[in-house]
Amino acid sequence: METVVFALLNGLIYGLLLFMLSSGLTLIFSMMGVLNMAHASFYMLGAYFAFTLGQHTGFWFALFLAPICVGAAGACVEKWGLRKVHARGHVAELLFTFGLAYVIEELVKIIWGKFAVAYEIPPELNYSLFELFGSQYPAYRIFMLAVSIAMLAGLWYLLKRTRVGLIIQASLTHPHMVSHLGHNVPRIFMLVFAAGCALAGLAGVIGGNYLVTEPSMAFSIGPIVFVVVVVGGMGSLEGAFIASLLIGFLQTFAISIDSNFAEIFSFAGLSADGDIGRITIASLAPMLPFLLLVLMLMLRPRGLMGEREF
Amino acid sequence: MSKGILLKSSLAALLLSGGVLSAEAEVIKIGYIDPLSGPFGSTGDAGVKHFRYAADEINAAGGMGGMQVEVVAFDNKINPKESLVQLQKAIDQGVRFIAQGNGSSVANALTDAIAKHNKRNPGEEVLFLNYAAVDPALTNKKCNYWHFRFDAHVDMKMAGLTDWLRDQKDIKSAYILAQDYSYGRAFTAAAKSMIEEKRPDIKIVGAELHPIGKVKDFTPYVQKMMSAKADVVFTGNWGTDMTLLVKAANASGHTVPYLTFYGGGLGAPTAMGQSAVGLVKQITEFHENIEASEKQMARVDDFEKTNSLDYYYERVFTLMNMLDKAVDAVGSVDVPKVAAELEGMTYETPYGEVTMRADDHQLMQPLYISTFSEGVARDVENTGYGFKTDITIPAVATETPTTCRMRRPS
Repeated sequence: METVVFALLNGLIYGLLLFMLSSGLTLIFSMMGVLNMAHASFYMLGAYFAFTLGQHTGFWFALFLAPICVGAAGACVEKWGLRKVHARGHVAELLFTFGLAYVIEELVKIIWGKFAVAYEIPPELNYSLFELFGSQYPAYRIFMLAVSIAMLAGLWYLLKRTRVGLIIQASLTHPHMVSHLGHNVPRIFMLVFAAGCALAGLAGVIGGNYLVTEPSMAFSIGPIVFVVVVVGGMGSLEGAFIASLLIGFLQTFAISIDSNFAEIFSFAGLSADGDIGRITIASLAPMLPFLLLVLMLMLRPRGLMGEREF
Repeated sequence: MSKGILLKSSLAALLLSGGVLSAEAEVIKIGYIDPLSGPFGSTGDAGVKHFRYAADEINAAGGMGGMQVEVVAFDNKINPKESLVQLQKAIDQGVRFIAQGNGSSVANALTDAIAKHNKRNPGEEVLFLNYAAVDPALTNKKCNYWHFRFDAHVDMKMAGLTDWLRDQKDIKSAYILAQDYSYGRAFTAAAKSMIEEKRPDIKIVGAELHPIGKVKDFTPYVQKMMSAKADVVFTGNWGTDMTLLVKAANASGHTVPYLTFYGGGLGAPTAMGQSAVGLVKQITEFHENIEASEKQMARVDDFEKTNSLDYYYERVFTLMNMLDKAVDAVGSVDVPKVAAELEGMTYETPYGEVTMRADDHQLMQPLYISTFSEGVARDVENTGYGFKTDITIPAVATETPTTCRMRRPS
């Protein structure tokens, strides 16, 4: 029982963090057709900006300022970089963002050093909110939960209930029509790219101190975010939400299961000392999202809620 | 006639001066093969800075056997296959001494490749100086003449930690967490057998291997330890895996002792902070609060000032100085002779005498068990916290028997 409750709680937090990261990516991906390889780098920038700004303004201002700075950086990248490359097709864009990811990592190393920085949870939130089965549950995790749900609600309202959202949705599917109607589509692209980066930055602000803020953080979380986007379906926020939670739960549940292959497949005569028999379910946890990715592309190429196939 | 003599003598002078030039330019290259990018890049980078600092010291004092030392870094991305490519690259550049430490899987691949290379290329032998790969097999089952290890291996360190455990009567259960590769498996096996031997009453409530460098949130693992009611945690984790584990333990309020090999290093103390005080212990050959000479403390200070990095690998200095002593004694880079010189060598470090055991090429050095504490003279990573020695284990007491049957070249 307590294993299930903990796995649910931890899976929820991890899943929501993934959603914050992937919501921006899925927007950018579906609008511009660009797999933004540097997306997780903006997540890293968010964490580092919050660390530096936080030293001057405190955590609460940094919570708002850092995503804005990351969004501005994203806008610059789109306007002076990506837009020029866009004309040369998707491969050029992919290579551009791929290079950008490395550039950002190296810049971060030069500015903030190669080691983890002491970006800590604000003292106001550094206490345990409640105790469950003898284990403490930190208040900060509930705060993360609140931020990500607020973000989900805000994004949903913006896209589905406002005029801006209407134009963005229309640009997704009919960019030429929208441009004929007098809207500045390149500017919409830039704003969406900036907003997507800002969301990744926000995830960095609250994820950087929950996990660890170091130069390799982008590359360690990057692949999972792509899995979320593909599994959820291109351009679908709902899909990204479900996929994030699914992956969060899948990983935390797998870790909490103690049995190994020998116990599960005992009918097949596997021994616990054999090479296959000793594999535990827990050790498979990091592989599961990628297994899900492969299976999804084989069985349902458009993802859970996507409207287009890859 | 006189013209001919003039020509000959000037030719001779030219050749001679050329010879002098090349002797002056002779450089001993140490090939450093370790991760310089990716999740463990920061660990590898710290290592190379220690090597470069030690090389500068030796060069300032006249070099090794009169030759200047140069450390050439190769990025292996902590991948055994990539390491072999880098090894070949190093050998092609004239490197005769290879230094590596991060990842026993890499060390296992390198030691095999180097033994093979030396067999096929007599006269061009390469020496493997291992400063941190601690899989016991490297100086036991898989030992070879060309490999020298300057760090205490898993069984030696585990013996120290479990000796501490023997006197902790209120600890009744233990949990073991390690990374899933040769080193982590050796760690788990050593912990299991030694706990059983020294404290048969302690129940091992869990032994987990997790993939190296892939886990972002260790909370589920910590929760498993808590529901298993572990009184103590043994972990072999290092690098990011250590930092994230400690962070998750803090957040969940898991206040039991964590017995580690690498809790004091390279990013972990920054993540630990207040709540780890008194709980995280490490077994190492060095921490900054061990009593040492003023000269040594000046070296530590200067290292930290020039590199803005904590002094961590005392054993890198031991390695470089022992190599220096061996090359000085031989007078050239004759690798088999240098190896013979290193075998059984004793050397006086700032923390006591160390010996390179001839039987298996394993260095015997004093080890220290220390606890992350408040109010210490020297802190780590500017956290205000540092390590305080609990137990000093003299070099002799760290010795474990070896199964190595060393085959020496005739």
